[in-house]
Amino acid sequence: MTTLATVFAKARAENRAALVGYLPAGFPTKDGAVAAATAMVEAGCDVIEIGLPYSDPLMDGPTIQAAVHRSLVNGTRIADVMRTVEGVAATGAATLVMTYWNPIYVYGADRFARELASAGGVGTITPDLIPEEAGPWREASAAAGLDTVFLVAPSSPDERIAAVAECCTGFVYAASFMGITGARESIGSAAETLVKRTREHTSLPVCVGLGVGTGTQAAEVAGYADGVIVGSAFIRRLLDAPDEAAGLAGVRELGAELAAGARGR
Amino acid sequence: MTEKEGALLSAADLVGNRAGDDPDSSGRFGAFGGRFVPEALVPVLDEVAVAYEKAKSDPEFLREFDHLLRTYAGRPTTLTDVPRFSEHAGGARIILKREDLTHTGAHKINNVLGQALLTKRMGKTRVIAETGAGQHGVATATACALLGLECVIYMGEVDCDRQALNVARMKLLGASVVPVATGSRTLKDAINEAFRDWVASVDSTYYLFGTVAGPHPFPEIVRDFARIIGVEARRQILDLTGRLPDAVAAAVGGGSNAIGIFHAFIGDEGVALHGYEAGGHGLESGRHALTLTQGSVGVLHGSRTYVLQDDEGQTIESHSISAGLDYPGVGPEHAWLKDTGRASYHGITDTEAMEAFSLLSRAEGIIPAIESSHALAGALKLGRELGSEATILVNLSGRGDKDMGTAMKYFNL
Repeated sequence: MTTLATVFAKARAENRAALVGYLPAGFPTKDGAVAAATAMVEAGCDVIEIGLPYSDPLMDGPTIQAAVHRSLVNGTRIADVMRTVEGVAATGAATLVMTYWNPIYVYGADRFARELASAGGVGTITPDLIPEEAGPWREASAAAGLDTVFLVAPSSPDERIAAVAECCTGFVYAASFMGITGARESIGSAAETLVKRTREHTSLPVCVGLGVGTGTQAAEVAGYADGVIVGSAFIRRLLDAPDEAAGLAGVRELGAELAAGARGR
Repeated sequence: MTEKEGALLSAADLVGNRAGDDPDSSGRFGAFGGRFVPEALVPVLDEVAVAYEKAKSDPEFLREFDHLLRTYAGRPTTLTDVPRFSEHAGGARIILKREDLTHTGAHKINNVLGQALLTKRMGKTRVIAETGAGQHGVATATACALLGLECVIYMGEVDCDRQALNVARMKLLGASVVPVATGSRTLKDAINEAFRDWVASVDSTYYLFGTVAGPHPFPEIVRDFARIIGVEARRQILDLTGRLPDAVAAAVGGGSNAIGIFHAFIGDEGVALHGYEAGGHGLESGRHALTLTQGSVGVLHGSRTYVLQDDEGQTIESHSISAGLDYPGVGPEHAWLKDTGRASYHGITDTEAMEAFSLLSRAEGIIPAIESSHALAGALKLGRELGSEATILVNLSGRGDKDMGTAMKYFNL
């Protein structure tokens, strides 16, 4: 099992940013998700976030909503998420689950943490869990040896950045702008400012997500962050492809472009 | 503000008695409430909470709110005895609190005027809101027209179709109505979409939440602005009957009209509080909105509360003939009142609600909203249980004009 600490140490040694790719379990199909994530790893992703599809994804834009909807229509359950994690972790990538809090809460935090750890997952990203509400999940994760990643945003004042960073292990997720997920034309200066402000409160790696979708953008982010997080752009390749093979080819192509960007090229 | 000025509202009226029935600093009512939102929204929620804390003890704010309630919303609303309707309730005396007589036709205007004034104080120029039946959207569009605020209403595509008249009203009032085509295309998806807007627009925009759900501080703010219903009703029923009612009945979707009338009675131990949820086609059908009576504890739209959900936390779509009760979540204070036993909650089917809708129309010449008809149907049952000596106060939360399309189909009018 590759840990987040190993990933970031390796990337630092190679003088590059880590590349983090997101894909929901069950999309485009239950087996197709493992195939697509494997293609992402082969193209250069160091970390894979497996999304747990949720009926009310209020931080997500149209692309991820569409993928999540398809996954739920495919009947994806938490057992499928765990199987997907197992399949992806087997590639050697550090594998996280990204999920809204309610599915973990209802499933049972301890049970979820145990099952994720035994599937080879290394932690979670929980975009709607803030420090004030994160206690039970931090305890369950610590007991299972999982990392907990939380988000900071450009709107976060310093004391909240400090509080969020305090709750994080593995890395801190910096939202590049005020908005929902989805590819954007350009990465604004807010992201770099936020990364600098976050570093004043933590020695953990800081990764930037939201709106990153091209090699050029990845290179820009790699200039100041420890990791580049890409979700919607990968999904867009799969949604737009006429068939599975074309989708995988699109994912590989994008992954290679982003990986080159993360190397600063 | 003094009594001789004829004011309805004092600071104490607005904020309640603060006797243990308020959320803690994290917005928790016991185990319920809190904030389950993206970190990006925390600063603006804090900004709203701070602005509200200041406003609620500022005489100038209270004066403005009071003035609008009296001269614009039409408060105080009256109580109405309904003896012919009561004959069907085992002779118990049913008394209606007439929120249907407020401007825009439902209790929603109370909360909306309070929050729109708060928006102005915060210096924000744009308001967004979700709506199901369209009543909160219409009320919000109304307040924005009055106060010169830009207004965008998110409404599920399904609801836009079944409440076309309200869509037209909102547009006439100058609001933009954005149909939401995601998920179940109803209220819960409209809320998701409004949050998505807000996270990208917090600097200019206030999210004028329509019910006592959502992240802290919304359950408290909306409760406080709706609280005038019960404050008035409690005084009025003492004047009218010389005593407190045996029971208070209200419909519960998100729960704002119910909290609005319940809250002033929470400290009155002898007054039973009954909330009526939408039973839709009945429990067995699976097509209902029985969140408190059949749901389980989870997190929806930023708050820990009862939710209609499956065993893995996926929201289950609700169903009700009444768009205003068609919501798979409920305000956290109701969850707390249920678990502490202070209030009890029951289901009323579509059929029972439509019977009460028809009965009040024919027996009393009052056409109620289908939402409120759930409380009326509940009061009929309750009256038969409590007997002819009992007095039951019912929140008639809105009028039925908006429901004529549904009624025409249902009764073949």
